[in-house]
Amino acid sequence: MNLDLRIPMGLMFTLVGLILALYGWATQGSALYARTGNVDVNLLWGIVLFVFGLGMFLLGRRSEQKLRRQPRKVVVSNRPRPHGH
Amino acid sequence: MFGHTQLTAIDWLIMLLYFVFVLGIGVALKRYMKTSKDFFQAGRALPAWICGLAFMSANLGAQEVIGMGASGAKYGLATSHFYWIGAIPAMVFVGIFMMPFYYGSKARSVPEFLRLRFDEKTRALNACSFAVMTVFSSGISMYAMARLIQTLHIFDGLFVMLGLPLGWIFHFSMLLSAIIVLGYIFLGGLTSAIYNEVLQFALIIAGFLPLVLIGLHNVGGIHGLRAALPAAYLHSWRGMEHASTNPLGVDAFGLAMGLGFVLSFGYWCTDFLVIQTAMATDTQENARRVPLIAAIPKMFFPLLVILPGLLAIAATTPHNVTTETVVNGAIVRQTTVVSKAEAEGRGLVPAKTDPLTGKIVLDASGKPELDYDLAIPSLLLHYFPSGLLGLGLTALLASFMSGMAGNVTAFNTVWTYDIYQSYLHKGASDAHYLRMGRWATVGGILLSMATAYAATGFNNIMDTLQLVFSFVNAPLFATFLLGMFWKRTTGNGAFTGLIAGTAAAMAHHGLTLPIEAHPGLHGGWIAVLHHYPSDMAQNFWTAIWAFSANFVVAIVVSLFGQPKPESELVGLVHSLTPRAASEQNLWWKRPEALAVLLIGMVVALNLIFR
Repeated sequence: MNLDLRIPMGLMFTLVGLILALYGWATQGSALYARTGNVDVNLLWGIVLFVFGLGMFLLGRRSEQKLRRQPRKVVVSNRPRPHGH
Repeated sequence: MFGHTQLTAIDWLIMLLYFVFVLGIGVALKRYMKTSKDFFQAGRALPAWICGLAFMSANLGAQEVIGMGASGAKYGLATSHFYWIGAIPAMVFVGIFMMPFYYGSKARSVPEFLRLRFDEKTRALNACSFAVMTVFSSGISMYAMARLIQTLHIFDGLFVMLGLPLGWIFHFSMLLSAIIVLGYIFLGGLTSAIYNEVLQFALIIAGFLPLVLIGLHNVGGIHGLRAALPAAYLHSWRGMEHASTNPLGVDAFGLAMGLGFVLSFGYWCTDFLVIQTAMATDTQENARRVPLIAAIPKMFFPLLVILPGLLAIAATTPHNVTTETVVNGAIVRQTTVVSKAEAEGRGLVPAKTDPLTGKIVLDASGKPELDYDLAIPSLLLHYFPSGLLGLGLTALLASFMSGMAGNVTAFNTVWTYDIYQSYLHKGASDAHYLRMGRWATVGGILLSMATAYAATGFNNIMDTLQLVFSFVNAPLFATFLLGMFWKRTTGNGAFTGLIAGTAAAMAHHGLTLPIEAHPGLHGGWIAVLHHYPSDMAQNFWTAIWAFSANFVVAIVVSLFGQPKPESELVGLVHSLTPRAASEQNLWWKRPEALAVLLIGMVVALNLIFR
């Protein structure tokens, strides 16, 4: 299949991670985190997801570029080739 | 039950982003869907790791995430038997021994394999019962999801804001899941379903892993968890020598034979819902690797779904709290009120409330009955702040959709290839069957919705359906085992064996009853000849009886019949199929090496948590 799943998956987690991390950064020290023992889980988990997503995306891109650089496979016919050249 | 779940814009944004990506994958794949093979079999061109994760994820329906969390809260670590005994050995078996026949026979579906190996009537029986079951199973997922959204009041804020009646939430939830699943399967077929299953798998980990970490942090780590729970909760094998000394009410033999052999092999080795993902990969060697790759995350999944159940029970039960703060010299009192169901529950597992009267349901001893199905959702609502809450709820919705999608793609393939092409419209063009596959997807989703609505009208319909499915599924593995490993098995033997197995399952259920249950849906509807200590013990023994009846009848009938000529069984029966040369010369890269490693790991897990 020509679509490398790591690209959309990586992109989604990069965006989700970014949103969570930014929101966590903006709400640092808020009463929101009383339920998690005052740990800013949005910021921490956002960074984890961002790194994971970016890693997946870059791996997917690299493999796609590698495929593009490879010469196209020539379909070899079963018919015997003429002798000579 | 629960108060309004306060979702903020950030939660909605995460949910919306997920829906956009899920549908986006379908749109991106549409241009590759040129033939029916692309649509139904993903062109047989996907990498093994993707199919492996999808193999596992296809099984992640409502039963898995909510049910295993509930079971963890109710029975403790003994629930891990459903993974370490009830899944891994069967996944290894199907990968090593059965996949060469499924993949190598070039059958496009499991019922088609039965036609190649046996005959038309065996295929027809399997195809029809399977098609009906997939539609109903998808409907059950849809119904459970809509009910959960309603119970947790996820969309209430949105509906109030838009001025819409709250009574529409159930319909809206059903419609939303139907449109999304339909959208991505209609556009991208099995590839889209598989890609989204992998995405959903990653999302479930992303949403549930922080839940486990925060939950553990709040109960004081592993030591705190040990201190808060009875010792039996943290051992999987304690008291298994006898049915009366463990919470499952099953002895070791019933567990190993009923769950570990008949039920789990019957599901993982014969159900086209999961087999289709392995058959979508590019080579036979990779098809063998798919269930083995799936077994790795499956082995550790109890950490994500059973542990939250334990954490929910171990947490402190919420109660009304009044806090006093001094603001500008004035004392301000703020009271956090918890619902009666939460206050009467145990840990974070709320008490069950009667949906009609709103009163707490009491058991025979007058204590509040716990609503274990809400163990994971209530943990999620209790610990997650805005932001992470959006991610957690999206993961929960993803798990329901994953289960629905697997059923719908299995349905459209079996309907198109095994029913429509075989009996209703033979010899049409490939483009015609591709079109039929797309419309079968629409039909499958509509039938699922009808099932879900039927469930709202008839209280016991879901339980009844699941009971009927268990009668049909229980004997299946005997048919495949004999078919693949005994060349003498005939089509008539396989067919009569299946009928006999289903009849034996029904008879066993009708003649036995779990203790403290009334005759009816729980059994004993013919006469009560035997009592089982639990529902689970009765289920396992029903499966053992069904398998044994199928096995014996299929052998006896086959011995009186004429088997197929050996030339027709090459590639379908073990003894007549030459062993394919492994692509890998290095022994440690072969599927067999991975299988040995998996068995070693599962034995180690059982020993560590015994």
